[in-house]
Amino acid sequence: MKIEVNTHSKNMIRLAKEHPEVVVMSADLGTSCEIKEFHEVFPDRYFSMGIAEQNMCSWAAGMAREGFRPFLHTFSVFLYRRILDQLEMSVAYPNLPVVFVGFVPGITTPGGVTHQSTNDVGVLRTVPNLAIFDIGDATEIEGVLDLAYSYNGPVFIRMLRKEVPRFFPADEPIRFNHARILSEGTDITLLSSSVCTEEALRATAALREKGVSIRHLHVSTLKPFTDPQVVEACQKAKYGVVTIENGTVIGGLGSAVADVMAEHGIGKKLVKVGLQDTYAHGASKMYLLKKYQMDAMTLIGAVENLMGKSFEISEKGLEEIRFEDFSAV
Amino acid sequence: MPDKKFSNEEIARAATNVRKHILSLAIERGGCYLTQACSSAEIVTTLYMNILNIGPSLGNPDAQPFPGVPSAQNMDYPKGSLYNGEQTPDRDRLFVSCCHYASVIYCALAECGRISQAAIDKFNADGWNMEMIGAEHSPGFENTAGSLGQTVSIAAGTAHAYKLKGNAGKIYCMLSDGELEEGQDWECFQAAAYYHLDNFIVYADINHQQVEGWTKDVMNTEPLTDRMKAFGWEAVQINGHDIEALEQAAQTPHPGKPLMVLCDTDPAQGIPPLKSLVPKHFVRIPKDRREEFISFCEQM
Repeated sequence: MKIEVNTHSKNMIRLAKEHPEVVVMSADLGTSCEIKEFHEVFPDRYFSMGIAEQNMCSWAAGMAREGFRPFLHTFSVFLYRRILDQLEMSVAYPNLPVVFVGFVPGITTPGGVTHQSTNDVGVLRTVPNLAIFDIGDATEIEGVLDLAYSYNGPVFIRMLRKEVPRFFPADEPIRFNHARILSEGTDITLLSSSVCTEEALRATAALREKGVSIRHLHVSTLKPFTDPQVVEACQKAKYGVVTIENGTVIGGLGSAVADVMAEHGIGKKLVKVGLQDTYAHGASKMYLLKKYQMDAMTLIGAVENLMGKSFEISEKGLEEIRFEDFSAV
Repeated sequence: MPDKKFSNEEIARAATNVRKHILSLAIERGGCYLTQACSSAEIVTTLYMNILNIGPSLGNPDAQPFPGVPSAQNMDYPKGSLYNGEQTPDRDRLFVSCCHYASVIYCALAECGRISQAAIDKFNADGWNMEMIGAEHSPGFENTAGSLGQTVSIAAGTAHAYKLKGNAGKIYCMLSDGELEEGQDWECFQAAAYYHLDNFIVYADINHQQVEGWTKDVMNTEPLTDRMKAFGWEAVQINGHDIEALEQAAQTPHPGKPLMVLCDTDPAQGIPPLKSLVPKHFVRIPKDRREEFISFCEQM
């Protein structure tokens, strides 16, 4: 598995070179959000807004009204939990092309509950006009800014930073509202997003060895959520559907899938893996995934329950299929 | 200067007409944001009829059905800013943060011929674009301002964009004093000073009242002049009912800094029978005083 470094930093500079109206705004976390180099390359298009996210958001709305394309950089949690009203009334209501580049989504930060955007997807899926992209690997980082730029309205990105594995071919970029099929199968349909796709890949590798046939979809567009592949995958699952996501299971990917299943009359069981209506605390990603049962072993247990079987897969066996730990602050 | 020249006497008459129009609405409909009309009538009419450098209205002079909320499929709806004329680099813009002053804006637009007087009949009527609290489709409104604190940042972002583009036009924002309790306003003030937005001018209607009573009793915001200067702004304090002072304030030199014009006003100005009712955020004409208000309105 190849690990890519500072992919967003390079990509942000590339996008700005292609589009002169692109500007970056930062709420004092630029260096933690891979835009230090952008500041050096485009000092006149980098706007330091201080630790004042509300003003940054509405200010960006004013600039967007004048034809600029602001890309707001700070931690994901500060771009929705702290400024939801500004996001909605200054940006989403008038459908302005402001891009919220939210870093350290979900439990990918040891910064603790104040830094963990664990209910952003559920909250933001209720916001009209807004698109939500949840990044899963380096290839998606490379493509998501172009998706955001071409979207006719505001965009929220759950972005990954620093060392990020490349799971998907570099020549198969992220597509709008189009899940990536990682494996075909008919026993179980598994939908994963964000860093949980890595856990899902580990689980499916182990389960496949045990003869389980899994259709695995990696989902990166969480709003809109109208991809016909999701419907088809849920319809074809013999034993049921499992979702795994980097955040609370209320309102996020699992809930979106539940809506689709109900709307299409798909009478299958659904197991939602993720934070079970709880906040988390500050620790490494691997610790948190395990503690809050968002990991590959939990997925395997969910599949075992749905199929009424035990596959005797040990945690030790799974260790061999581990890819990368993002534990840096 | 606006495209048409108005004398200060004409502005004063327009301000009185705005008060009269809103008083008649309050009598007719049982209530209205009347004290805001009293406090801000000169501010709004002087902005539109003297201070703002804006072109002729491009909006439909008649009230229009609500054009729908903005979305990817609905971005070309008629904007409220059309009534402030064509947006060209050298023209000014006005952002109204105190959007519950919508009736004042509509009536001022009617006074300077940007909407018809008859359009006001659709004020606060279901299904029309003249809501009691305006949004960006409402005549005169650039944006959706009901959540206080945001419009001043949006206006500042626009002023910043004007500077980046080298536009000569100025960005004006109007707000009222209760809003200055919001943290976002002060986030914006520090950023506007940091970016040296000398093309940004705020007119604040300091009418000393808010929903729960007098501002000083709800949450003191004074001393505002000192606070603004400490934040790196130029700030002047004037009588907000003095048209000449309102005009001169816009000429205050403020090189490298944004300008705050603190307009001291009276929420019962021009309608003495209101004196016993203020502070009052939303005025309902008392049943036993209807005749008194009606006869006052008739002689205005």
